[in-house]
Amino acid sequence: MAPDDEIGERLRQLAGGSAVAIRLNPREYADDYFAVLNATLRDVGSETNAHTIYVSVTNPASLVWSLAQALDVDPTRLSFVDAISHIMMNYRDPLPNATYVESPRMLEDIMLRIEYLLRKHPSPRQILVIDSVNSLAIHNPQDLLSEFFHILVNNLKSRQVLTVLLVVSEDTGSELNQMLGLVVDESIEVVRGRQ
Amino acid sequence: MASAVKPDTTDVGSLRERCVTGIEGLDNILGGGIPRGNLVLVAGSVGTGKTTLCLEFLVRGAEKGERTLFLSVTEASAKLIENLSTFEFFRQELVSSGGLVFVDVPLIYDRLGLNHEELTVEEIDLLLKAFLDLAKEVGAHRVIIDSLTSVCYRIRRDERIRDFMLKLSQGLTLLGCTTLLVSEIGQSAGRYSLHGVEEAIVDGVILLGNARRQGDILRILQVVKMRGTSHSRAQYVMELTPIGLLMAPHLKGGRQET
Repeated sequence: MAPDDEIGERLRQLAGGSAVAIRLNPREYADDYFAVLNATLRDVGSETNAHTIYVSVTNPASLVWSLAQALDVDPTRLSFVDAISHIMMNYRDPLPNATYVESPRMLEDIMLRIEYLLRKHPSPRQILVIDSVNSLAIHNPQDLLSEFFHILVNNLKSRQVLTVLLVVSEDTGSELNQMLGLVVDESIEVVRGRQ
Repeated sequence: MASAVKPDTTDVGSLRERCVTGIEGLDNILGGGIPRGNLVLVAGSVGTGKTTLCLEFLVRGAEKGERTLFLSVTEASAKLIENLSTFEFFRQELVSSGGLVFVDVPLIYDRLGLNHEELTVEEIDLLLKAFLDLAKEVGAHRVIIDSLTSVCYRIRRDERIRDFMLKLSQGLTLLGCTTLLVSEIGQSAGRYSLHGVEEAIVDGVILLGNARRQGDILRILQVVKMRGTSHSRAQYVMELTPIGLLMAPHLKGGRQET
């Protein structure tokens, strides 16, 4: 089974309000990342008529959006919280379906923009993708990040939002892994080469 | 002109009747809303969201059928109404139907002939009467004075400010108004009003400010005082959005504050 099919199947089995960490292999990052986008945005998102909120901390929303377009993702079912474009000085052409946070250090603002988009796009099924835990960890101290994930994920659980946290496996320290173990219900390793 | 519409309130057991602000985060912090009839200082430096919070408080009341009055000292009413269109939930008919009434205080000064830079005792009484008469005429359940600082600037003397505040509080409470008074303070004022007298008289203080995190600025809201209810005294981060004010806990990350 292809990685995107496997991820899609695992995500479909999860109950509403679940939180899942998807672990990408840094040596296969580009392929793994595309597989995750395919599974979350196109397969699971489209099939379940979900609205997906994509929090981009690694790549600007404009880049993720172009990939999503290549995957034929319905533009009305995808919104972005972009927390990276401002600090990359890459804010000239804002996307209409994106809201921009000035810095990935403004974790509360990220929470509030997510809240805003959840209210703006009410849907029986909502998915939140955070790309990625590692990028947030570059800009924020561990204890602040733990508090952020604890509050955010529990809030989303109570509202039946499926939370998908992208993690680059080998770049994740033990403290970060411990924190993830506390907030997620399941961890999916992207594995290649299985048929 | 009394309104027949019953104000939006919540009776929480034996606690005081509440004026549900309609700002979800604030109502949660206050355990259901501002105790009805309270006079509350909304204090903060420039750009912290004082006027926006007050405007949402009024619009949320008006859309539930309450009568509301905005006494504007510093900004022209037309501009304020124009700014309201940034709220997705605002409808122009709330103004045309009389649910939202805006009055420019400088016009009251002119009409009453209050031309001295420092108001006399008699002039202060005239101004107070004008405010209370307006609230009564509108049948206001919610009143804003933006800003109290500008009004007090012309009263100047502490004892006169105290007297004005006491009479204002008594008058508005008697009319059943829940009132927000905007207080402009500096970034590091250490108090919540220009003279320090105002905060001692009011029933509540909502402090708006900025918090810095490695150079980034977050908007902060904190309820410092609110008579008639138990409430959170924690800091919350606030965001001004087209669907209204949203709030989230201010993350501390294990930091110890002195």
